[in-house]
Amino acid sequence: MYVIVAGGGKVGFYLGRALLEEGHEILIIEKDAKKCQNISEELGGVILHGDGCEVSTMNEAGFARADLVIAVTGDDEDNLVICQVGKLRFNVPRTIARINNPKNEAIFKRMGIDITVSATNLILEHIQQELPSHPLLHLLDLHNFGLEVVEVKIPRGSRTIGKRIRDLSLPPDSLLSLVVNKVRGPQIASGDTMLDEDDEVLAVTKAEHEAALRAAILGT
Amino acid sequence: MKAIIMGCGRVGAQIASMLDSEGHDVTVIDIDPGSFRRLPPTFQGRAMVGNGIDQDVLKRAGIHGIDAFAAVTQGDNRNVMAAQIAKHIFNVPKVVCRIYDPIREEVYHSLGLETVSPTTLGARVIKEALES
Repeated sequence: MYVIVAGGGKVGFYLGRALLEEGHEILIIEKDAKKCQNISEELGGVILHGDGCEVSTMNEAGFARADLVIAVTGDDEDNLVICQVGKLRFNVPRTIARINNPKNEAIFKRMGIDITVSATNLILEHIQQELPSHPLLHLLDLHNFGLEVVEVKIPRGSRTIGKRIRDLSLPPDSLLSLVVNKVRGPQIASGDTMLDEDDEVLAVTKAEHEAALRAAILGT
Repeated sequence: MKAIIMGCGRVGAQIASMLDSEGHDVTVIDIDPGSFRRLPPTFQGRAMVGNGIDQDVLKRAGIHGIDAFAAVTQGDNRNVMAAQIAKHIFNVPKVVCRIYDPIREEVYHSLGLETVSPTTLGARVIKEALES
């Protein structure tokens, strides 16, 4: 596969090296001459010195025959433009963009960027897993179907403690699948399953019903 | 009308002051507070420090319900991204975007963005002046 990596910072460098080790043909584009020199010494002639946002650089890099373009510069706006122009002008089949501000994910998706990776979001998710008090945890986003798998922990004093699942007013398109109790262990959820303090509830829901689902499970 | 101008350089400041003097409700956003010195003392609108590609900044600037948005910072990519956020996330009815690079301008124009390339415009005008 021919993979073009735009941005030769730390992410671009290690990504390029890993792809090379997997046997892919790669090219890293970087504006900074000093970084280019370092990369060329470490990885050989897989570096192009230039501005990856310029169409002339894209031509030179061979965007037209790239199977995948990955934009990992430190600027969201540059990553967006590299992927968009790559798709529109060069018909690059797949584009991946690094996002710094997690709130930019929506516009990237909207503009047709295939995959977005936000380091900020990844770290946030880890923090959420380490902090048991967090009321709702994203486990998995099934973007293409608008579904997500979330985990909700029943806090002390919650109004749903002692209630059965059938008595909760769950939003549409939501399903509680598993209830993990400290003593009884994991149980497949049914209408009769009773909620207890500290239970961890795994649920499938649509993104737009997330808030309503949380409210239903927590009784708020 | 209500308008947000992103970028308070020479062009941004001039658009803002022209709209303001015609009685429109104008907010100017720039990351450099020093840029607001370009606004005339008579300017009645709002000047806000912030990054216009940050949706929270745009919300604070009151982007919900505005009539027009102009992206005129020095960075083509920043303008392109802010303009697309204004158009596709906040549904602003009139969005204009400055892009210096004529090739990128062509790409985004074909994508339905209203674009202006000062490079192309300037070159044409100057060439015409040379030939007249």
